[in-house]
Amino acid sequence: MRWGLEGVSVHFGRKVALDEVTVPVDASGITVVIGGDGAGKSTVLRTLVGLVRPDSGVVSRPPKRATGYLPATAGLYADLTVDENCKFSASAYGLRGADCERRKNELLEQVGLNAASDRLGGQLSGGMQRKAAVVIALLHSPELLVLDEPTTGVDPVSRSELWRLISGVAAQGTSVVLATTYVNEAARANSAVLLEAGKVLAAGSPEAILRSVTGAFGSAVGGSRPTPQSWRRGAGWRIWAPSGVLPEGVTPLQPDFEDAVVVAELVGEAR
Amino acid sequence: MWAMVAKEFRQLRRDHRTLAMMIALPILLLVVFGYAANFDVHNIPTVVVGPGARASASLLRAPFHVVEVDRAGNQSTAEACLRDGKAVVGLVTGDHGITVFIDGTQLFSAQTAESALAKARVSEEAAGLASLPVRVRVLFNPRLTTSWIMVPGLAGLILVFVGTLITSLGVVRERQAGTLEQLAVMPFRAWDVIAGKIAPYLIVALIDLIVILLIGMGIFHVPFRGNIAVFALGAALFLLVTLGLGVLISTVSQNQGQAIQLAIMSLLPQVLLSGFIFPVSSMAAGVRWISYVLPLTYFVEISRGVMLKATPISSLWGPIGLLALLGAAVFGLAIARFRRDLAPSTRVPQ
Repeated sequence: MRWGLEGVSVHFGRKVALDEVTVPVDASGITVVIGGDGAGKSTVLRTLVGLVRPDSGVVSRPPKRATGYLPATAGLYADLTVDENCKFSASAYGLRGADCERRKNELLEQVGLNAASDRLGGQLSGGMQRKAAVVIALLHSPELLVLDEPTTGVDPVSRSELWRLISGVAAQGTSVVLATTYVNEAARANSAVLLEAGKVLAAGSPEAILRSVTGAFGSAVGGSRPTPQSWRRGAGWRIWAPSGVLPEGVTPLQPDFEDAVVVAELVGEAR
Repeated sequence: MWAMVAKEFRQLRRDHRTLAMMIALPILLLVVFGYAANFDVHNIPTVVVGPGARASASLLRAPFHVVEVDRAGNQSTAEACLRDGKAVVGLVTGDHGITVFIDGTQLFSAQTAESALAKARVSEEAAGLASLPVRVRVLFNPRLTTSWIMVPGLAGLILVFVGTLITSLGVVRERQAGTLEQLAVMPFRAWDVIAGKIAPYLIVALIDLIVILLIGMGIFHVPFRGNIAVFALGAALFLLVTLGLGVLISTVSQNQGQAIQLAIMSLLPQVLLSGFIFPVSSMAAGVRWISYVLPLTYFVEISRGVMLKATPISSLWGPIGLLALLGAAVFGLAIARFRRDLAPSTRVPQ
């Protein structure tokens, strides 16, 4: 593990925000922290970048100059243009000159914002704001890029552009840690950490998490919930049988990563 | 409509600051206008100098309150006492009459003194008493022009407005927009953020100050008789306090509405109790102490002293020193709190 959290606990007053959470971040690659609302994803990221002081455990991170961060809200100044936002970030990290200008233009072009560089941040749509904010976080070529729900509120096409950008920087050696509620995004990562109520339910590569799931899976249609261990998926139901024996009328199928995540949450709830 | 009324009451019940302001502000105004808003002057510090000082001092009655009797003193002594703020009236006795010097920068005291002297003269004449000739001279503001008194104080008010209110809004805007977190992650030192945030407001406040003074001097013919460096020192220290107050307010406010409320609550006592409008000496003792903790009180003393009386720095060390102390305390506290905002937190994120 190059960076990350090891056995970290965080308390906000009497509330346990993180309970001995370990999130390893390897050099290059994408680590996804996935969980529902209130799971502790933002707290993991904020602890990683130094905004939250842990009560116990170890946090490893590069210096501030080598870290890029996108918070869950904002990310850019509404009363500055996209260009001015980029210039502010660039000068904060000591970037100047033609190389900086070239990098800014390349990044903006990759996310389709080069035509909007003169627009105020507050005049951009929500999705465009997130894209601009990711560009700002990437401008100084950080070694560790931490993104808190970068694709929330972003349309599918823009989400795809963002993932292309994120995958590209990961391939070039940047360690990326991002929080998301979208399970399909976690499936694209090199490693994932599934959080629920501040605890780690599962961790590892998406394939490893999938392999760790036992029991049988099936699908069914119908209005009412077939079994207690079933959940909606599209118009039908997904059923998990821990014993390996599916109820009658249920069509067996191979589970995918989303199924594995739901099962991990069900197991966590049952404990 | 009743649903709206009920909703508003619920929101108001949770908005403790607005509730506090709605209760505290009327009480403050009542106290101020009850005890502090007083143009009547009952106590005029008076210095009596010259060969007949003792005899003349024994004849003086209220509102004149003799603070010093100096038989060896002369006109220069009396003028110096007025210039340094030790007295408002200086009686210079001599063989050929009495000259009464009145400090024209203390508007209401000067008017009261003139009125009391005129009454005394009338009484003497009515009683058929022979008396030495008495000449009355108003120094520093001979025509008792109100604008000459207001403009130096207004300069301070502008600095309070820009330094406290506007600065607090500028800083809290970062918190409200969520960009303060990003600044904390960037390779800024806390001092870079603080200095960078307040520098524009400092520059604007200084420009405002110069404009106010130029307009005051050009249109209202307010004189600037003293040392500009002394005035600049006073203004700089005062700005330190007001900017520090602005940053401090921003660290305890979650949004711009709260910041405005707090800024107004800090601004109003300064307007009413600093001597800008109502003379401090006329305030009841129970509220007068508040004036002594307000920074504008000391800046008004410095600006009026330098502009109208050419008061030297040696006579202004008191207010300058107090402003420096206040500035160090307020600014120090503001920076400590602001650093906490930028440092790792153990609080629930807002």
